[in-house]
This record gives sequence, C-alpha cells and structure tokens, in this order.
Amino acid sequence: MIPLHHILFFSSTLFCIGLFGALSRRHVVGILISVEIMLNAANVNLVAFSRWTGLIPVNAQVFAIFIITLAAAAAAVALAIVLTIYRNRKTIYTNEIDLLKW
Amino acid sequence: MEVLTAISKVGIYVIFGVTLLGAMMAVTLRNIFHAALSLALTLIGVAAVFFVLRAEFLGAVQILLYVGGIMILVIFTVMLTTRIGDRTIPTSNHQQWPVLIGALLLLLYFVRMIGKTPWPIKSELAVVSAVQIGKSLVSTFIFPFELTAVILVAILIGTVILAKSDEGEEKS
Repeated sequence: MIPLHHILFFSSTLFCIGLFGALSRRHVVGILISVEIMLNAANVNLVAFSRWTGLIPVNAQVFAIFIITLAAAAAAVALAIVLTIYRNRKTIYTNEIDLLKW
Repeated sequence: MEVLTAISKVGIYVIFGVTLLGAMMAVTLRNIFHAALSLALTLIGVAAVFFVLRAEFLGAVQILLYVGGIMILVIFTVMLTTRIGDRTIPTSNHQQWPVLIGALLLLLYFVRMIGKTPWPIKSELAVVSAVQIGKSLVSTFIFPFELTAVILVAILIGTVILAKSDEGEEKS
C-alpha cells in the first residue's frame, strides 16, 4: 500500500486546482464545476484519514456521505438559480450579472 | 505475483495522474461542455481512488450520485444556457495569473506541512464495510441523518419553484 503522504499530496493538489478554477472562471457553471472538485478533494482526505489514522474509522466515511449528499443538493439549487438568471438576464457570465453592483 | 504487486503500486499513481489531468482540463478548457466532460473523468478517478482505499460503498455512491446525477444536471444546464460555439468570449476573468500564483503558494504550504506533521499512523489499516456505515448512520448519526432528509425535501421544493417557468403559470 502506498504511504499516506502521497494521497494527501494528491488531494491537496486537487483542492488547489479547484481553488484556481473557482477564482478564475467567468462562467457560473465553470465555478460550480470547480467547487465540486474541491469537495471531492475533501472527501479523498476524509477517506484516507479513516483508513490510516482514524480512531473510529466509520465516522469519516459517514461524514463523506453527508458531504456528497449536501454537494448534490447544493448543485441542484445552484443550477436552478443559473437557469432562472439566464431566463431573466440572457447571460450567465459573472461580470455581466451586475444587478447588485453600484 | 510480484509483477501483479508492482502493477498495483504503479496503478494508483496512474489513477492520480488521470484524475489531476481531468481536473486541470475541467478548470482551464475554453468550451464549458468539454470542461463538464473532464469533470466526469475527474469524478470517476476519485471513485477509483475510493475503491483503491477499500471504501467500496463510498465509491459506488460517488459513481451513482456524482457521475449519474450531478453530471447530468451540469450538462443539461450547459446545453440549456450557454453559447457554446462562441469563441470570442473569454472564459476567465482578469485575475487569472495572481490566482494561479496564490494557488501554487497554497499548494507549496500544504506540501511542506504534510511533510512536517507526524501522522499517528496505525499499525494495521482499517477497512470499513457498508454494514458498519449503515448502523452508524441510524445510531450515532441519527440526528444529522434526519436533518439531511429535511434539507433534501426543502431543496427539492425550492428547486422546482426556482426552475419553473412563468409562462406555464399564466396558461393554466
């Protein structure tokens, strides 16, 4: 089995890629995709710690299941909001949705 | 037998590489539809990592929920909204390079801290079965479990109300 470090390196790289995408994308769906990548990196970390260091290993996996459920729910709401914005403003680029900017 | 062990050792790194490549494509590709397909590759790669870490139930849930559910939602939204073919629109905002430097610095910090921390690694690795997860869900975590059910109902109703078009209301 590979050492714990390598999985942690993998998940932190995945997290930083997602962070880069979430802050640099202009497209709302692109930002959502990046957020999903970051949540997946957190899940990989939880599973790795449950296998290598956890006192009660099952807890981490239950937490991961809650994260997956809430991520799916959040994605559903976010995509519904994207559809509504597109219907009203005919755009889904973040710099063109300036209703609340002065 | 030794060949098989060597292959399985290399295999996890191949999975890591494919997953990271998919993630990079998902955050940089110009065409948002291709980015969504790369996200599917990333999610399948993470599910494979779960299988390698002996979290079979989580891997199955990942494939069912993410690859089956969220990917369909994302692809539908992309097809319903974007001007996919339009090449003149820039896909990123003006803060791309500062953000790239910041993310790399954060990654460097993570790598240093992971190397420095003395992890309390157990002598034998834990294997969690789906039966244990189910029992834990309805005993220790019964309150968050029920709360999740309430949140899911609220989100179901809220999503339908948000995404419903107003024209249908006027007709009926």
